[in-house]
Amino acid sequence: MTASHWILAAVQALLYLALAPLLAGWLRKVKAWLQNRRGAPVLQPYRDLFKLMHKEVRVAHTASPVFTSAPYIVFVATWLAAATLPLLAVDLPTAAIADIIVLAGLLGLARFFLALAGMDVGTPFGGMGASREMMISTLAEPAMLMAVFTLTMTAHSTNLASVIDFQLTSDFTLRPSYLFALAALVLVALAECGRIPVDNPTTHLELTMVHEGMILEYSGRHLALMEWAAQVKLLLFGVLLVNIFFPWGIAQSFAPAALATGLGAIVLKLGVLGIFLAVGETVLAKMRLFRAPAFLNLALLLGLLGLLSYVILEVGA
Amino acid sequence: MSAALLLVATAVGLALASAAVSLASGAWPSVLRRVGMPLFGLAGLAAFAGGLTALVQGEVVTATLPLGLPWLHWQIRLDALAGFFLVVIGVVSFAVGLYGPAYVRGMEKGRDPLAALGGFSGLFLAGMLLVVLAADAFVFMIAWEIMSLSSYFLVAFHHENSANRRAGFLYLLMAHVGGLFILLGYAVLAGFGGGFEFAVMRSVELSPAWASVVFGLAFIGFGMKAGLVPLHAWLPEAHPVAPSHISALMSAVMLKVAVYGFIRVVFDLVGEVHWQWGVVVLAVGSITALMGVLYALMQHDLKRLLAYHSVENIGIIFIGLGLSLLFLATGHSLLGVLALVAALYHTINHALFKGLLFLGAGAILHSANERDLGKMGGLLRRMPWTGFFFLVGCISIAALPPFNGFVSEWLTFQSALQAWQLESGVLRSLVPIAAAMLALTGALAAACFVKVYGVAFLGQPRSRQVRHARRVPFGMRVGQGLLAALCLLLGVLPTVIVGLLDAIPRQLLGEGLPHATAEGWLWLTPVAPDTASYSAPLVVLLIAVMAGLAWWVWHAGGRAGVQRCDTWDCGFTPPGPRMQYTAPAFAQPIRRVFGSVFAIEEAVERQEDGSQRYRLAVRDRAWNLFYVPVVRAVEASARQVARLQSGSLRVYLGWTLATLLVLLWIIS
Repeated sequence: MTASHWILAAVQALLYLALAPLLAGWLRKVKAWLQNRRGAPVLQPYRDLFKLMHKEVRVAHTASPVFTSAPYIVFVATWLAAATLPLLAVDLPTAAIADIIVLAGLLGLARFFLALAGMDVGTPFGGMGASREMMISTLAEPAMLMAVFTLTMTAHSTNLASVIDFQLTSDFTLRPSYLFALAALVLVALAECGRIPVDNPTTHLELTMVHEGMILEYSGRHLALMEWAAQVKLLLFGVLLVNIFFPWGIAQSFAPAALATGLGAIVLKLGVLGIFLAVGETVLAKMRLFRAPAFLNLALLLGLLGLLSYVILEVGA
Repeated sequence: MSAALLLVATAVGLALASAAVSLASGAWPSVLRRVGMPLFGLAGLAAFAGGLTALVQGEVVTATLPLGLPWLHWQIRLDALAGFFLVVIGVVSFAVGLYGPAYVRGMEKGRDPLAALGGFSGLFLAGMLLVVLAADAFVFMIAWEIMSLSSYFLVAFHHENSANRRAGFLYLLMAHVGGLFILLGYAVLAGFGGGFEFAVMRSVELSPAWASVVFGLAFIGFGMKAGLVPLHAWLPEAHPVAPSHISALMSAVMLKVAVYGFIRVVFDLVGEVHWQWGVVVLAVGSITALMGVLYALMQHDLKRLLAYHSVENIGIIFIGLGLSLLFLATGHSLLGVLALVAALYHTINHALFKGLLFLGAGAILHSANERDLGKMGGLLRRMPWTGFFFLVGCISIAALPPFNGFVSEWLTFQSALQAWQLESGVLRSLVPIAAAMLALTGALAAACFVKVYGVAFLGQPRSRQVRHARRVPFGMRVGQGLLAALCLLLGVLPTVIVGLLDAIPRQLLGEGLPHATAEGWLWLTPVAPDTASYSAPLVVLLIAVMAGLAWWVWHAGGRAGVQRCDTWDCGFTPPGPRMQYTAPAFAQPIRRVFGSVFAIEEAVERQEDGSQRYRLAVRDRAWNLFYVPVVRAVEASARQVARLQSGSLRVYLGWTLATLLVLLWIIS
């Protein structure tokens, strides 16, 4: 582990921040096209963040220090979780700091403070959003871990770099457990990122808000941090899906050419994922809140089936 | 006599002295605050120091006390396992000793019998220390009874309230039924070994059937004390009604003594383990963890909620122990050691954060006289220090990095994820299901503590006394601060702690965890570096660096400032305290999703004045499924026995004579 590796890791962490609004903008653009609209430019999320950062912050009289510190904690925890996930290259030193369970834990920390911030001011919407978010995450987290455990048991490691290495070096076999895990992880990613059909990121109708309900009171740079954190989380789940299940193209050495290939590959893969997501969000409608448990139970079941099909069918093979 | 044993003996002496001195507080109430509680804290400190010495030195010290029966002197023994549990008992007792003086000061003006409080607290501590030290079944049972009986008087401390008397009686009953099972377990061991000493029992070679009998008796007996589902129903009744610092001791420490007993009997005395035991322990542990947290979510009394969380955490500890038994019995001793270390790590973690949370609940009770979450709100602004420490406790118990609860759950997951090494397909698929339940438990615990913290400390006050809550005295803050700091320390330096815990499996099972600490203090690598690694110090460092960076970017340029304003009210009436989400409202989605687990009574009642009232009661199904049938059976058999009660003295004398004759016939 030399200094250059750490610099590369820092660059990758910054790249997460830089790319996150782009994915959100691309998603919106594709959705606009599908709806026969021209839509905002792809770079619009950057402009929104820039604008929010320069606006005055307004904080309710009833807010406590938890409210003003939560955006920083949420942002940093999400960012750190993302930084441990290989984006361009596999064997970066940051990947050893935290494995997939720590990553889930860091996302849990972010969610914990997000929900507390929602309850802090004492408005009904904040409490409603926090309560629903915790219900959804309660069911999503075990499903995510089940899906991930399937992968980690195959690779005999919870280290994401090792899992990707295993994928790249072992012969390609279509494992049934992977299909189950992929399906489960897609469902979980939709729920965790607050996308349709579980939550609607563009709604401001009070009774249907989940994520937006919790950040309703935020303004200025606090809101910018919360929005940015949500975009990083979307990117994180996107990278988790494409880099673990389709790792081809990721740099296995630190040569400039390999890194450039890695960047091109991940942008391409995320672009395709964005199209899939946009199509899904266009053809599906948001579910009623109490349909969400059935949706997530399906994810949990798929994760469990993946795990069982691994331990029963594949372990000796 | 070694230094460690000397320190522990001092601790027992100080605890007894605290008990003796406190008796004077009947006449002079301030004695308990000025002398009794400080002695109690010192006893904790001495136990902590002695235990740590034993753990670090890794030696086994034995001694024979000139007490007991002439042919059966008391044997005591201090090894790494005992040392670890002395550390657990000591550190929480020390924090309670710091916290207690200010807490009992509030009672000096009242009519509460302080002599009883101080006296039984000291005896309780001495009893727990002796249980851990005991090296023969005789001392163990005596100490166990001292612990159970003295804590009964503490549970029944506020005995004016009939519900508390009922809880106390239930506690006494369950403690003794549990004690009976433990006694029978020892009886089997002593019967085959021919002696009460643990050394004799350890050398006994039991047949698998008898070993399983001992395991079953120990599991039921200690599980009853620890609060395993479905035997747990007494725990949320009894723990909350004691004074808060005693609740902290009971939940944080006494349950751990039961865990100690289980480990001592099953891992040490029985020795040869079987995988079927692991399956039983794993299944019961998983169900306990899940049920504990689900019922905790439904509570709105803060102390009761915390007591249900103790059930949950005991479940997590037993998941680790079950995994350990499973792996040890199937020959994967390294993984068995890993799971045992995870369970022990969670044991001390739970002691720290549950002690902290109960002390926090006591602080709220002290300054706002409130246990009901429905009347709290906005306490963070009234009690900033307590609020901060409570937040640390909430994050720790919710198993979020970088605090301590996360490390032990991570270790448990790591051992569970090695299930692919098992040969049997059934076991291979069973272990991941337990891991899924553990994941669900962790997520539910996070939801529960968002509820607790959000409702109690954030938002607006929901009642007058909470609006006027005052800060708690310095001593109470120090007690909480110590435990909060330790929660962070054990979360940030897991490698050091695992290195210390390593001595226990090396003594107990003859094998340690060589890979866990091989990469230096920065890296925790339980199995191998490329299998899994976690660097808590670096996570904390990176969080600090990134937060500093984010803060600097937005503040260095002197950007637009912060303006205070009214809450956004959508253009309608300003939001008031009664419009906030309450604890039952917060838990409603989860109550609906997991509805079949609970016995829910929900109704909207029309009052006489035409207004409507919503009523919700969530009851523990264990009562109807397990407790009520037993009570009915006991009552029915008592009615049968009551037929003997004719009221005639001559008939009674006849029965006595007949019994005597039968007995004589049996022994002759």
